[in-house]
Amino acid sequence: MGDSSKIALKAEDIHKSFGTLEVLKGISIEAHKGDVISIIGSSGSGKSTFLRCMNLLESPSSGNIYVGNELIKLKKNRRGNVVAADRKQVDRIRTKLGMVFQHFNLWSHMTVLENVIEAPVHVLKKNKKHAVEQAMALLEKVGITERSHHFPAQLSGGQQQRAAIARALAMEPDVLLFDEPTSALDPELVGEVLKVMKDLVKEGRTMIIATHEMGFAKEASSHVIFLDQGKSEDEGTPEYIFSKPESERCRMFLSNLV
Amino acid sequence: MFDIEGYGLLLLEGFKLTIIVGVFAMVISLLIGLVAALCKLSKFRSLKVLAEIYTTVIRGVPELVLILLVYYGGPTVIQMIASYFGKDIYVDVNPFFAGSVTIGFIYGAFATEVYRGAFMAVPKGQMEAARACGMSGLLTFRRIHLPQMWRFAIPGLGNVWMILIKATALISVIQLPELMRNADVASRATRKPFTCFFLASLLYLFLTIISLVFQQWAEKKADRGVRRE
Repeated sequence: MGDSSKIALKAEDIHKSFGTLEVLKGISIEAHKGDVISIIGSSGSGKSTFLRCMNLLESPSSGNIYVGNELIKLKKNRRGNVVAADRKQVDRIRTKLGMVFQHFNLWSHMTVLENVIEAPVHVLKKNKKHAVEQAMALLEKVGITERSHHFPAQLSGGQQQRAAIARALAMEPDVLLFDEPTSALDPELVGEVLKVMKDLVKEGRTMIIATHEMGFAKEASSHVIFLDQGKSEDEGTPEYIFSKPESERCRMFLSNLV
Repeated sequence: MFDIEGYGLLLLEGFKLTIIVGVFAMVISLLIGLVAALCKLSKFRSLKVLAEIYTTVIRGVPELVLILLVYYGGPTVIQMIASYFGKDIYVDVNPFFAGSVTIGFIYGAFATEVYRGAFMAVPKGQMEAARACGMSGLLTFRRIHLPQMWRFAIPGLGNVWMILIKATALISVIQLPELMRNADVASRATRKPFTCFFLASLLYLFLTIISLVFQQWAEKKADRGVRRE
């Protein structure tokens, strides 16, 4: 575990239902500063939904989420659905949670550079010149400086995902959320994205990653959660999860992968 | 042939007015359509119902009927309302105003559906990425959703424009001296209906071909950055 004194993100007993289907059945997570938490599990186990609840792209049906020490205020609307009580608070908190999506979701009408400076300029109200300088430094870090004036459609999947990581970093977030960042990539492009992510781990960034990349989860994370049917079936250090997990399902899941 | 006993100039003047009416009506329909589409996509039931009534009624009644209704019926309604408040007024509707506003209002209903489809065609992930960066709903709309919508809307809006420009010929029934009306006047005066109407149709065709070229340019511009497979 990282610096245990500082909680970067904490979620308590998160439930989520779509209609009558309960996707998340009470999941908790506690990320301290510098933690790298991998969430593994089969498709449909609730990894993505859980991650999307962290920044309220999905509203949890119940549970509490703290970013830093701040509780995200939720309320029930007239239909009985849980929604954000204070949209301004959610917008502000989202600036502290960088998100990287499975399908990159770079804005297709903007160049890579424009993608990276968009939110710093319009949300954080940064000076444009300063934002461009910062963006170019980030693009250099993820290795696509020469692509900065290209549109997303002109880039390979790996380049797009690295650009998307630069876009998330440009907000200088406290926590980075990765939603299966390599699942939509051709196998030969996975490595370049994982390399960038490993560099971020070395920098001591706080990261929560939903992933199918067991190699990465094993090597790079400080904590691994195995989700099964909307519940945390087992969790612990990578050594524990990948060598002697108590959960039978977890052993099954991992042995089926090889 | 282009002179037709001095009436050629009359046709060109009518052509000019057709363009002015068309552009004016198109601007109105683009604005009304955008507002109505946003109403339809909003989460407020009352706005949805209002926009739904608008598009259903307008698309269901012939253009010609609506034009005559506004031009002849409009003043009557206004005078009735005025007399209800004890005022006796005489209202004369300007045919340019009645015609172009009515056409704009009608084609706004068609534009509504074009916009609605275009807004829905923008992938959800584009907006999610913006919200995830802390952009507000309004900022996301202005910076991401609206600019990306045009790419899907332009082909449909181009179609609306083509139909609209031809529908302006209907305004001739309320004596507005646009191309169709002037072609009619010229054909009666010269007793050369074929020449006059043939020239008029060439002028309409010229306008729509120019429009197509413009549309292709606009589509190319809106597709900037999106590879076409």
